[in-house]
Amino acid sequence: MKQKNIILFIGGLVFGVGLAAGGMSKPEIVLSFLKLEDLGLLVLMGCAAVINFVAINIVPRFMEKPVFGDEFKPRERKFGRHTMIGAIIFGTGWGISGLCPGAALSSLGVGNLPALAGIGAIFLGAYVMGRWFS
Amino acid sequence: MFPLGLTPYVVGGVLIGVAVSMVYILTGTHATQSSFFTSTLSYFVKRPFFQRETYLQSREWRLYLAAGVILGAFVYTVTVSPDGFWVSSVPIWRFILGGFLVGFGTRLSRGCTSGHGISGLASLSTTSLYAVITFIIVGIITVNILGVLGI
Repeated sequence: MKQKNIILFIGGLVFGVGLAAGGMSKPEIVLSFLKLEDLGLLVLMGCAAVINFVAINIVPRFMEKPVFGDEFKPRERKFGRHTMIGAIIFGTGWGISGLCPGAALSSLGVGNLPALAGIGAIFLGAYVMGRWFS
Repeated sequence: MFPLGLTPYVVGGVLIGVAVSMVYILTGTHATQSSFFTSTLSYFVKRPFFQRETYLQSREWRLYLAAGVILGAFVYTVTVSPDGFWVSSVPIWRFILGGFLVGFGTRLSRGCTSGHGISGLASLSTTSLYAVITFIIVGIITVNILGVLGI
């Protein structure tokens, strides 16, 4: 097994524990955030983003390159019409289902088998989007 | 504001932050989620969109990342979770309809709650900031419309 795959697998394990421990595996909790009954999701996202901010913006000042990689890749996303239309469509689906891509996968891990239907639907949505634009 | 307390959210957020940071420091890669769906489709769909270099290069590690996420949630559930296995009572049509829009929308927007929300905001990307504000506001509006309609 390639080194990078092992690292991503371990990262995924910790990510999955975080999603489950933080309640994001439960669509009900995500929906309770969108109903503004429980703002915990913002706290979770904020904690994760602040820690990741240090890794992305500060750590590379002290390291020439990643421990096992060639370069620290910047995450570049040009702003465009599709960014916003996509975010509007995603927000609608998120509000209907309480699922987002990572949380849907972790939902399966906590035993929520109906999330499989959601995961299949996400695949279908990604497929239709790709067909539309190819 | 926080009927379940702050602890689970802080613990969850710190773990997710540590996970993506570790991956970035070790490999220089952003461990984001929604591209997994398109990159995995590249194994089956031969159309040029799906055969882009970015998907072919990342599809293998994205599978490992996704497997890790599922297994991590499973391990948490069978070990330290206070509630054990759990099944949602959200009607399945909402997973199917909503899931379809989530797949289409995140790929069109090129990011989801992890890509725009965690990696994008941490990169101080204004594109991601606009996307995050937009999907949160639209999500709030959607839930409330469903609520008013009594669905």
